[in-house]
Amino acid sequence: MRQLWAHLGWQDIKQRYRRSVIGPLWITISMGVTAVGLGVLYAVLFDQKIATYLPYVVVGFIVWNFINGCLIEGMDTFIANEGMIKQMPAPLSVYVLRTVWRQVLMLAHNIVIYVVILAVFFRALSVPYTLQGASILHPGLGWSSLLAIPAAVLIAINGVWVALLFGIISTRFRDIPQVINSLIQLLFYMTPIIWSPDTFFSKPGRGLAQLVFQLNPLYHFVQIMRGPMIGQQVSWLSWAVVGGITIVGWALALLAMRNYRARVSYWV
Amino acid sequence: MVSVDVWNAFVDFPIFDAKTRSLKKQVLGKVGGKIATEARVPIIEALHDISVSLKDGDRVGLVGHNGAGKSTLLRLLSGIYEPTRGSSRVVGRVAPVFDLGIGMDPEISGMENIIIRGLFLGMTRKQMESRLDDIAEFTELGDYLQMPLRTYSTGMRVRLALGVVTSIDPEILILDEGIGAVDAAFLEKARSRLVDLVRRSGILVFASHSDEFLFELCNSGIWMDEGKIRQQGSLREVLTGYKGKDPFEGMSQETIDRISGGAPELARVSGEL
Repeated sequence: MRQLWAHLGWQDIKQRYRRSVIGPLWITISMGVTAVGLGVLYAVLFDQKIATYLPYVVVGFIVWNFINGCLIEGMDTFIANEGMIKQMPAPLSVYVLRTVWRQVLMLAHNIVIYVVILAVFFRALSVPYTLQGASILHPGLGWSSLLAIPAAVLIAINGVWVALLFGIISTRFRDIPQVINSLIQLLFYMTPIIWSPDTFFSKPGRGLAQLVFQLNPLYHFVQIMRGPMIGQQVSWLSWAVVGGITIVGWALALLAMRNYRARVSYWV
Repeated sequence: MVSVDVWNAFVDFPIFDAKTRSLKKQVLGKVGGKIATEARVPIIEALHDISVSLKDGDRVGLVGHNGAGKSTLLRLLSGIYEPTRGSSRVVGRVAPVFDLGIGMDPEISGMENIIIRGLFLGMTRKQMESRLDDIAEFTELGDYLQMPLRTYSTGMRVRLALGVVTSIDPEILILDEGIGAVDAAFLEKARSRLVDLVRRSGILVFASHSDEFLFELCNSGIWMDEGKIRQQGSLREVLTGYKGKDPFEGMSQETIDRISGGAPELARVSGEL
């Protein structure tokens, strides 16, 4: 079964770019253009240095796309695989892993952009720095940057439970994907990706706003991976929140699997 | 040891998008399962109190009208549907063939499609690679196997699909009637492979409208009617009950000879005639 989902996930990527000359490189290019464009735009808008702010936006956008893909395509996973579910008695995890694996492969393509960005701005990122108008000092790239790898693994592990749980719910209640789809754009702006909490919350009188902002779990998911990649400090709180969500989420997903696993083939 | 057991199983489909109002009157027709409307969500009782026990060597033919629950029963037996009430247990590797083309991708080569289709049927990549030559020879597609599937004619696709399906080693083989709908001339060629396949597999359940095919592949029968098992027994009895006449009456001597020549256990069936 491992061969099946791994093959299908890879096939999904290849199929999208069949007969195009540069193939899956389009993933990298389209993401690169958007991310760099946004990075330059917001660096200028917020009066930030390109050397530190552009990598921040680009990496944030890449990580966000990975999370977004796991969520949006994850909740559609059983609906999209309806044909297969009704034709073969494979465990539901095959479809979930196919979807998450596809997102991991997309992420791997996008990491190329990160490598380029890193090569260009390495000097600015490898020393301690602060964003313009902020007080938080970031340590710069170092050995702790390797924490991005366990962070990526942790996000993927979360992607699996999200796809399982939301996949089951969305298969039964077809309004849920619509709700999430309409909220996700808003969440993108609510989560610090194009803006930075450093600058926003360093101004006085925003303590309450900061508290509310910490409640957004997506921030912590983005930050545990983005932080190490661009040499920013990551609060232990972010790791704790992500760890906690991983445990609770998996518990809920396993509960849903136990009770409704057999119903999915009836609902699709 | 392979086995399929189903005890007092019901399969009820909730239909979420049907308008309850239009289903206020209970619809009881010849076609389709019973539609129950007491619940808030209308439910189609596709299978009603099914008990089946199959063991190694069983070759079951499934007959019944359209909508009698044949395909649903096949899905229940392959473990795709778990019964809503009652219980079921499937021991063994199931290869369900409902649709010859499932898992086929028109954009990739025939060769790659063979591998994928094999993975779908529970084989490993290695096993499929070792069968490539055999499939290539049977399908007579030659260099075409390197071409994307979309360049194939319908007949060529069927060849490929049948080539893959008949090359696997399933423990439990579930065949839906679709397989009988393919080009008759090629089927003649595929016949011996199909018979071989059935002999290799531990259990066969085969839904078909073709008496000939049923006799060639099966030794016992189940007659489904309105989601219930109407009759279960030897294939000849069941077909006699279903058709209202002995199925061997209309068959030419030549066909009977060929059928019984196909497999020893089938010779026994016709020997009883």
